[in-house]
Amino acid sequence: MQKQAIFQSKLLPYALVAPQLAIVLIFFYWPAAQAVIQSFLLQDAFGLSTSFVWFENYVELFSDPAYFETVVRTFFFSFAIAASSLSVALLLAVMADKPLRGGAVYRTLLIWPYAVAPPVVGVLWVFMLHPSLGVLSRYLRAAGIEWNPLLDGNQAATLVILAAAWKQISYNFLFFLAGLAAIPKSVLEAAAIDGARPMRRFWTVTFPLLSPTIFFLLVVNIVYAFFDTFGIIDTMTRGGPGKSTETLVYKVYNDGLIGGNLGSSAAQSVILMVMVIVLTGIQFRFVERKVTY
Amino acid sequence: MALRHFGAAAAIAIAAGMTASPALAVTEIQWWHAMTGANNDVIVKLANDFNASQSDYKVIPTYKGSYPDTMNAGIAAFRAGNAPHIMQVFEVGTATMMAATGAVKPVYKLMADAGEKFDPKNYLSAITGYYSTSKGEMLSFPFNSSSTVMWVNLDELKKVNAEIPKTWPEVFEVAKKLHDNGHPTCGFSNSWVTWVNLEQLSAWHNVPLASKANGLDGFDTKLEFNAPLQEKHLEKLVELQKDKTYDYAGRTNQGEGRFTSGECAIYLTSSAFFGNVKAQAKFNFTAAPMPYYPDVKGAPQNSIIGGASLWVMGGKSADEYKGVAKFLTFLSDTDRQVYIHKASGYLPITKAAYEKAKAEGFYKDQPYLETPLLELTNKEPTENSRGLRLGNMVQLRDVWSEEIEQALAGKKTAKQALDASVERGNTMLRQFEKTAVK
Repeated sequence: MQKQAIFQSKLLPYALVAPQLAIVLIFFYWPAAQAVIQSFLLQDAFGLSTSFVWFENYVELFSDPAYFETVVRTFFFSFAIAASSLSVALLLAVMADKPLRGGAVYRTLLIWPYAVAPPVVGVLWVFMLHPSLGVLSRYLRAAGIEWNPLLDGNQAATLVILAAAWKQISYNFLFFLAGLAAIPKSVLEAAAIDGARPMRRFWTVTFPLLSPTIFFLLVVNIVYAFFDTFGIIDTMTRGGPGKSTETLVYKVYNDGLIGGNLGSSAAQSVILMVMVIVLTGIQFRFVERKVTY
Repeated sequence: MALRHFGAAAAIAIAAGMTASPALAVTEIQWWHAMTGANNDVIVKLANDFNASQSDYKVIPTYKGSYPDTMNAGIAAFRAGNAPHIMQVFEVGTATMMAATGAVKPVYKLMADAGEKFDPKNYLSAITGYYSTSKGEMLSFPFNSSSTVMWVNLDELKKVNAEIPKTWPEVFEVAKKLHDNGHPTCGFSNSWVTWVNLEQLSAWHNVPLASKANGLDGFDTKLEFNAPLQEKHLEKLVELQKDKTYDYAGRTNQGEGRFTSGECAIYLTSSAFFGNVKAQAKFNFTAAPMPYYPDVKGAPQNSIIGGASLWVMGGKSADEYKGVAKFLTFLSDTDRQVYIHKASGYLPITKAAYEKAKAEGFYKDQPYLETPLLELTNKEPTENSRGLRLGNMVQLRDVWSEEIEQALAGKKTAKQALDASVERGNTMLRQFEKTAVK
């Protein structure tokens, strides 16, 4: 069987990939190269005085113990956000996949939160759980829980993880639902006839058949938790109290855009870039082995 | 936000349509600002009035988002060789703007070059001190200034039979009473935690926040606020936070609703909070001067300002600068200053405008609108109370807030938090010094 496409002209294949290539070069490689160059510079906000400082920006970062705390915190946040949004989404998808009266309505409602912009998510949760403005805070206080995320770092972290995971649940739900729909019913029926109970059917049939979806979502969720939670953090806690909700991306934004410290900010982005490359590499190298397509 | 933006744009478009036709070569002057709502209307009106008053220049105001957004937009535009002529920058950005020699055109030079009549002595020194060199040369043009005041819910104070407190010990005492009688979650609180509890506290008691006149006399300044006064104050806040006699309300002004809703009966924040208080508070209120510690000799001194000023960007033509200078003269006009003062609630910046507002009896019905002015002019400013000019100020405040939060959460003592604030802040100041244009 003929699998390879044959191009008559030698130039045509290049011409066909050229637009894509141009976009990748202009919007990915060029800014990345800029970031690398910038990370070796010390520059004032206006770009009036520039000096080349080699690795000074990196040295400063690595000699700052607070930076390592931020790295650890970011990994914890990513793990917590990915784990909670994936598990809740899977649970909801399995439930919504059952033949239900008005199932379409439930499914639509569950997809809605994904349309909400991250900063709006932040504001939404702040209005629910702000210590004095929040509606839910009053109930928490009435229940005897000392709720004050403005000063309690753990509570603030919980709040950010909750909001970030909540927003991502819809996206995961959508993919899980599609994944579930693709599982052949005959396999499940055969398992049922063999006497497997629902839980067993789920873990031995459904879950392995969903593994490509889960793997894909795991990668997407980690990237989401790394990069897209910044809007949520900015509107909810601005990295506080203390540093308890400051993630790497938020620090990049804060140091570069607010602080005007472009050199350090660029160095941080480069580190972040390397981190995500390595992380994705590990996922594809090791986790993907467990995936059956 | 987008709608307001659109409204401003529409107003500009209409203004443009009115003035553009007869002029042959109108020089356009771009003015980027961060004012929303009623204050945006004031800006549009000022520009329209100026454009109608003459036919050579046209001021075009553009809303660019929050203060940091506006500043970043201006910096980005400058890097792209496309800076506006006038940029509104909040007081926190002063050092960054000042360090950018060549990127900005100092106002005193602008006025001299353009041959505009300009005497810095006409302006309130408590305000211009912030934006002037140690020689008294005005670098930027003060536009909207405010100061910290203590907002008081008079009805609640009456309920606990208390007078308006004047000193900090009195505040603590009244707050205790409030806390025990109907205010379990908040006796008193404040916004802008570092502005109120470090920056203003230091100036108000004539103690330094940093060396070199708080940075006004050079970028080689060092933080010095881990001193007994600030430590004592923070210790007290930590102690009162335990039972919520004092309750922390966040780094910026997000907690201000706690005053207007009646939850906190005593609340320290900007005098520019007036508009919201007036619109929302369903109780009798006033704005009293900031409290002080009576055992500090000479206290209270004078307060320092918040708000923003107008910076003129560099690299424009002589003709454009002439228009900018004319516009600044136009803004300095006494009647116009009185108008800005009344319409926006910000302070008048010239002595004449203040006198005029006073003579008109403006403060008779609303004495609390004079409070910030009385604080600013309470005494002749000293080295410790002229103003602040620290590089990376936005980030500095974040670092200080982080440390104060740790102290209030009981993770650090007041002393440890202040020491760490000073140490981490000094590192950032050295970093800034390295990048500042020499």
